[in-house]
Amino acid sequence: MAAPTENPSVPPLIELVDADIVSAQNQDMPLVERVSWRLHPGDYWAVGGLQWSGKSDWLTTVAGLQQPAAGRHLLFGEDPAHLPQPELVAARLRVGLVFENGGRLFTQMTVEENVALPLRYHRNCPAEETRETVASVLELTGLAELAPQIAGQLNRSWRLRVALARALVLKPEVLLLDNPLAGLDPRQTRWWLDTLDALNAGHAWLEGRPLALAATTDDLRPWSARARQFALLQGRRWMELGGRAELTTSGELALREFLTA
Amino acid sequence: MEKESGKPSLPSLLPGVMNLPLPQSYLDFVGRLLLRFLQTVQGVGAFALITLGVTCTKFNDSWRVIHPLIRAQVDRAGVRLLPGVAFLGLALGLVIVGQTVSMLNKFGAGQYAGTVMVTVVIRELGPLVAALLVLARVGTAIVIELGLSRAQGEVEALEALGIDPVHYLVMPRVIGLAAAIFSLTVYLIIVALLSGYLFVFVQNVPLTPADYFGQIARALGWQDFALLGLKTLVFGATIAVVTCYHGLAQRLRLEEVSDATTRAVAQSVAGCVLADALFILVYIVM
Repeated sequence: MAAPTENPSVPPLIELVDADIVSAQNQDMPLVERVSWRLHPGDYWAVGGLQWSGKSDWLTTVAGLQQPAAGRHLLFGEDPAHLPQPELVAARLRVGLVFENGGRLFTQMTVEENVALPLRYHRNCPAEETRETVASVLELTGLAELAPQIAGQLNRSWRLRVALARALVLKPEVLLLDNPLAGLDPRQTRWWLDTLDALNAGHAWLEGRPLALAATTDDLRPWSARARQFALLQGRRWMELGGRAELTTSGELALREFLTA
Repeated sequence: MEKESGKPSLPSLLPGVMNLPLPQSYLDFVGRLLLRFLQTVQGVGAFALITLGVTCTKFNDSWRVIHPLIRAQVDRAGVRLLPGVAFLGLALGLVIVGQTVSMLNKFGAGQYAGTVMVTVVIRELGPLVAALLVLARVGTAIVIELGLSRAQGEVEALEALGIDPVHYLVMPRVIGLAAAIFSLTVYLIIVALLSGYLFVFVQNVPLTPADYFGQIARALGWQDFALLGLKTLVFGATIAVVTCYHGLAQRLRLEEVSDATTRAVAQSVAGCVLADALFILVYIVM
């Protein structure tokens, strides 16, 4: 089933063609088989999957951090496995990635240092020059007051926001999120959904450019009114469900599990 | 059946034992050990080559981020270990240098004191003691911190941010430890030689400071300075590469960190001793 907003004339930002997704630890047994998926500019995907269904591995494969066991993966039209190192790094910088479970921050650094690190590393500039940019992205993520705190001392929900700020600081074209709403209270959940809506619609931080989003989740309900494209990872299968309308009318039994408590 | 005539020959025990098949479990054990050793050599060798390549090609990349990390490693492995090195130098001087010099004088071989000092302290003990101290204090910490970083997914986070983990995590440690061990060795040698003379002086050995340091200076050749520098840099790089390899090479579970640390220490010591043996060969050839 084709994504509702897919425009064939616009080249996809990321593409998987008949890709077998494997885990980094065990590359012999595919977790998800024959995934064909395209992410276009402005897309907003929510990908549901139960625990151990391969959501995180699908996301890290999409980001180009690991290779599919079979099939093709194209990152901005190029196969990351065959890109020279500088081009691969340049492609990776166009993709922001928010990891699960606290965002994998550098726990010994402060919030400000975590967010500034990619900026300082890739622009080779002193901390003073990045302060203004970092302050803007911390303002956007509601972290301005936590800037001097050590990241390892924050609770999980605030760490996740730091991970979002770190992913956004280089103004990516694609943002991939691994189960960002897991374990959040309703206020935090609403903040995340509102912020992602704003980024997808074209936030001032990104000079009004819509950010293509793909988030994995183990509960599709919060996303059902926000995301525009939906898919499921179920029993090693990749199922594209379509848009919001198809989500409510779909007779897919597996989907019922995600939409009913 | 015919009876054997004459003196019966005793069966030789050794060929019989030699022809017995080895127990399968023993063969498995030896085979596993050999394979694991070869895998480790291959892994550490490949990791060392990658690190060398990154150091040569990316030394000045992102230097505003990387060079402070190198300075931090020099501070951690060098400056902070100065009191420990001073204590060890003092002990080494009193126990080995002082006793050796007073013994040599007792047997009328005082004129060889310089040669003995240069061989024992400057060529051998100084670099090895400094390297072992850095391995104990910093090398073990490197395995644990990198092992935990890897376990918590920080290495993947670096890759996702387009940051080369070898450039960001390994290169500063290799350069930092190499520089630190070189500096600590120089301090250790100076303290050991000074404290050695103190012991000699206290024992009323008839040796003036001019004779003592003159003998050492005369026994020193240019190759001692060159090989001392080279040896300490090799020790530092060996310890850093082996400990970083064990911290980063595979994702460790928390309970595996202690085993990885033990392996890294044993292999670092083996690596340093092997390198030392090679340097001894070079000294002999020169």
